[in-house]
Amino acid sequence: MRFKLHVWRQSGPNAKGAMEAHDVDGITPEMSFLEMIDLLNEKLLADGKEPIAFEHDCREGICGACSMVIDGVPHSPERAVTTCQVHMRSFQDGDDIHVEPFRAKAFPVLKDLVVDRDAFDRIIQAGGYVSVNTGGTPDANEIQIPKVAAESAMDAAACIGCGACVAACPNASAMLFTAAKIAHLGQLPQGQVERGARARAMVEQMDAEGFGNCTNHYECMDACPKEIHVEWIARMNRDYLKASLTAKD
Amino acid sequence: MQLDAKIPDGPIAEKWDRHRREMKLVNPANKRKFKVIIVGTGLAGASAAASMAELGYDVEAFTFHDSPRRAHSIAAQGGINAAKNYPNDGDSIWRLFYDTVKGGDFRAREANVHRLAQVSNNIIDQCVAQGVPFAREYGGLLANRSFGGAQVSRTFYARGQTGQQLLLGAYQALSRQIHLGKVTMRTREEMLDVVVSDGRARGIVTRNLVTGEVVSRAADAVVLATGGYSNVFFLSTNAKACNVTATYRAYKRGAGFANPCFTQIHPTGIPPSGDHVSKTTLMSESLRNDGRVWTPTKAGDTRPANQIPEADRDYYLERRYPSFGNLVPRDVASRAAKERCDAGHGVGPGGRGVFLDFRDAIQRVGRDAVAARYGNLFDMYHHITDSNPYETPMVIYPAPHYTMGGLWVDYNLMSSIPGLHVIGEANFSDHGSNRLGASALMQGLADGYFVLPYTIGDFLARAGNSGVAADAACFTEVEAEVNARTATLLAVNGKRSPDSFHAELGRLMWDKCGMSRTREGLEEALRRIPEIRAAFWSDVSIPGSGADLNQTLEKAGRVADFLEFAELMCRDALDREESCGGHFREEYKTEEGEALRRDDDFCFGSVWEYQGDDAPPALNKEHFTFEHVPLSTRSYK
Ligand SMILES: Cc1cc2nc3c(=O)[nH]c(=O)nc-3n(C[C@H](O)[C@H](O)[C@H](O)COP(=O)(O)OP(=O)(O)OC[C@H]3O[C@@H](n4cnc5c(N)ncnc54)[C@H](O)[C@@H]3O)c2cc1C
Ligand code: FES
Repeated sequence: MRFKLHVWRQSGPNAKGAMEAHDVDGITPEMSFLEMIDLLNEKLLADGKEPIAFEHDCREGICGACSMVIDGVPHSPERAVTTCQVHMRSFQDGDDIHVEPFRAKAFPVLKDLVVDRDAFDRIIQAGGYVSVNTGGTPDANEIQIPKVAAESAMDAAACIGCGACVAACPNASAMLFTAAKIAHLGQLPQGQVERGARARAMVEQMDAEGFGNCTNHYECMDACPKEIHVEWIARMNRDYLKASLTAKD
Repeated sequence: MQLDAKIPDGPIAEKWDRHRREMKLVNPANKRKFKVIIVGTGLAGASAAASMAELGYDVEAFTFHDSPRRAHSIAAQGGINAAKNYPNDGDSIWRLFYDTVKGGDFRAREANVHRLAQVSNNIIDQCVAQGVPFAREYGGLLANRSFGGAQVSRTFYARGQTGQQLLLGAYQALSRQIHLGKVTMRTREEMLDVVVSDGRARGIVTRNLVTGEVVSRAADAVVLATGGYSNVFFLSTNAKACNVTATYRAYKRGAGFANPCFTQIHPTGIPPSGDHVSKTTLMSESLRNDGRVWTPTKAGDTRPANQIPEADRDYYLERRYPSFGNLVPRDVASRAAKERCDAGHGVGPGGRGVFLDFRDAIQRVGRDAVAARYGNLFDMYHHITDSNPYETPMVIYPAPHYTMGGLWVDYNLMSSIPGLHVIGEANFSDHGSNRLGASALMQGLADGYFVLPYTIGDFLARAGNSGVAADAACFTEVEAEVNARTATLLAVNGKRSPDSFHAELGRLMWDKCGMSRTREGLEEALRRIPEIRAAFWSDVSIPGSGADLNQTLEKAGRVADFLEFAELMCRDALDREESCGGHFREEYKTEEGEALRRDDDFCFGSVWEYQGDDAPPALNKEHFTFEHVPLSTRSYK
C-alpha cells in the first residue's frame, strides 16, 4: 500500500509549525500506524533529515503516551482505540492521511507531534487520591464493597490519561479526565472522607490550567479510547456543587 | 569485590522482624535533612518515593517519561500475588515462600524471598486503602484467581489491568507528596550516570530531554528503580523505552551486576507477522487456564487449524507433562514450544508458532462464559491479527518478557556501592532463574512500600550526610564525560538509524542467547557483538542537536549501552555451565530434554565486576544455601 502523509512539523515550543507532505510506500495492511511512521522515520534518517517526533511507549493501548490526531480525530476515526492500536488495514490504498498533535491551550506543543500534558498531573496532584500513608491500614477484607460499585469504579478508573478528550472538545475541556478520577474514588468507601474536598480541589486546578468548559458536545466520549462515559461529568458537577455550598471557607 | 548479603541471624520467619528491631532510626527532625534521589517512578520507584516522603525524607524523583503514570508497570495485566489465603485453600506465607524459591529453580536468596512473602499481605491492604478497584465477589470481599500454574488461588486482579491500577495507586500517593512539597518530581529527565566518590554514591548526572541540559544532582542516597532490560532482544513484551542504561552505567561505576543471563521468555506472545513489527504483544498467561496448546502431529502440515482432525493434533504439553498439562511454568512451556517448532511442527509465519485453542472450552462452558473470562484479550488478539479466536485457534510464540538478572543487592537492597540502592525489576531480585506469574508487581511494591523505607533509614543513620555538593569535582568530571559521549554520538554522522543496530543486536541475542544457548553460539555472539558495536560507532546517524528534544539521540545512547551489556549477558550465559529456570544450555539437559541443574558447581549468583573497557569483567560469587526449601529437581510430569 502507499499513502500521502501530511504531518505537522514544528521544531520547538516557540517555533512556527506547518504541515509537511511525505509519500510512504511499501506499507502492508498488518502494519500498525506507528510502524508506518517508524518506516517513514527510517527513510528520513537515511536522508540525514530529522525524524518526526512523536510519543509512544507500550504500543498496546494502556500507557496513554501516543497522541496523534489522525484525519481530524484524536487517535483516529476508529472507535475505542489509541493511536498505537490503529492498523493500516483501516485505510484505503492511496489515501491522503493528515496527522497533527493533540491541540489545546493547556497542552503546548514541544516538538512535531509531542505535546506537554503536565497539566493532567497537576490536576491529580491537587486531590486525585485517598490521603493514606504507607502502613497502618486495615486488613483489605475489612472494607466490603458491593461488586457493582467496584466494577463501576473500575470503569472510571480505566482512564489512561492520554488527553484525547481534551483534544476532541471544541472548548478543550478536561472535564472527562477530571470527572473519571473523581468518579473512581467517589464510588468507593475509601474515597468518601475527602469526596467533597477532592472535587473542589481538582475542579479548581482544572480551571487554573486553562482548560475550557463543558458545553455538552460529548465529543470527548466519542474520542475516548477507553469509552469513559460522560455521565461522570454530571456526577462531578454534583459533587463540586455540594462541596462548594457546604464549604467552610 | 566484597559481597556480604547481610542476612540477619535467627529463624527465617523472624529475620525481618528482628532486623527491623535492630536497625538504626533517623530522628524524625533530621529526616528532612537527608536528600534521597529516586530514579524511576514505576511501581517500585513511585511507591518508594511516596513512602519515604511520608516519612519525612527530602525526595527528588526522576523519570524519562512525561509522567510517572506512563511507566512500563502500567502494562501488567494478570495480577499480583499475596499469601492472604482468603479462599481458604491452604495458602500461607510459608507456601508462597516455598513456591517462589522452588519456582525460581533455587537460584535466589531464601531470606529475601521469605520477607517478600511476609510483606505481600501488607501490599494488598495498602492498595485497597488507596482505592485500587480490585475485583470482588458478590458478597463484597476480594476475589482471587489462580495464575501461572499455582496450586492455590492467591492472585488479586483488577480486570486485565492490574498493573495500571496498582501504578495509578502509587502514582496518586506520589502525587499527594508532590502537592505537599515533599517530593520534587523531575519528568522527562534521564539519568545518564551515577557519581561515586570515596566509596559512596553521591548523586547522578541527568539530561533534560526537552532542553538538552546536562545537570548534576547530589544526594545522601541514590535509589535505582529503573526496570528490566528485556529490550536487549529488540522485540519483547516490554514498552519501547525500557532499557539498561541506568543499571549498566552503575555497573561501570562499580556496582556488581548479578545473573545478567537470567531472562524470562514468556510462552504466550503474539508472533511477529513480519520485519516491520516493532514490539511483541503479550497474551495473558491466564489464557492457559482454558486454552489447549497443540501443533500438528505431522511436520509441515499446512492445513488450517480447523481442518486438522483430532487424531492429527499433538497436545504436546499434556502429553509431556500429564500432571500440569497446559499450566506448566513459563520456562518449561516456552522451551517445549521451541522444541516443536525446531522439529518442523510449528505453524504461522515462518513456522514459528503453536496453536492455543479454545474450542473445547467453548464447548464445555459456552461462548459467553469464555467471553466473560477473556473477552478483552480475545478482542485485543483479533484486533492485532485480524483473526477471530472464538473461531480459529490463536497462534502464539514465546517472547522475551522479564529479566530476573539485575544489580546485585544485599538484604537491605543496597548494591555493592554504599549508598546506591536498587529496587523492583532492576535488582537481581527474589525470582532466581525463573519468575512465577504475578510476582513482579508484588516484589516491586514490597521493595518500594515496605522494605526500602526501613533499610535506607538504617544506612542514612549510620553513614550520615554525604557532604558532597553538585559542584564538586567528582560531579564535574562525570558531567564532562556525559557531554563528551553525547558529542561523540552526534559527530558520527553515519547512515544507519539507532533502531537498525538495535534490531540487528536483538536478532543475534534472540538466536544465540535466547531460549536455548550453546557454547558455540555464545562464543559466536561474543565475536559478533563487538563488530556490531564498532559499526554503530562509525555509522550511526543522529540528525539534529543535543540542545533540544531529540528522540534519535535518546535512543542511540540506550542502544550504545545495550551493545556493551549484551556482551556481559553472553559471557554470563557461557560461564554458567548448567541449565536452570530460564537459562537453558543445550549441553546440560536430561535424557528427556529437561533442564539439568548442577547444584554442586553452580549454586550461586554470578556477580560481575567491571574492570575497564579493555579487560574482561571479574566474576564474584554469592553462594546460596537452602535450609528451608530442600534442593530438588522441579518436575511437572
Ligand atoms: C506485558 C507485561 C505484562 C506483565 N504482567 C505482569 C503481571 O500480571 N503480574 C506481575 O507481577 N508482573 C507482570 N509483569 C512484570 C511487571 O510489570 C514488571 O516487572 C514491573 O512492573 C516492573 O516495575 P518497575 O517499577 O521495577 O519498573 P518500570 O515500571 O519499568 O519503571 C521503570 C521506571 O524507571 C524510569 N527510568 C528507567 N531508566 C531511567 C533513566 N535512565 N533515567 C530516568 N528514569 C529512568 C522509567 O521512566 C520508569 O519510570 C508484566 C510485564 C509485561 C511486559
Ligand atoms: S503507546 Fe501506549 S497507549 Fe499507545
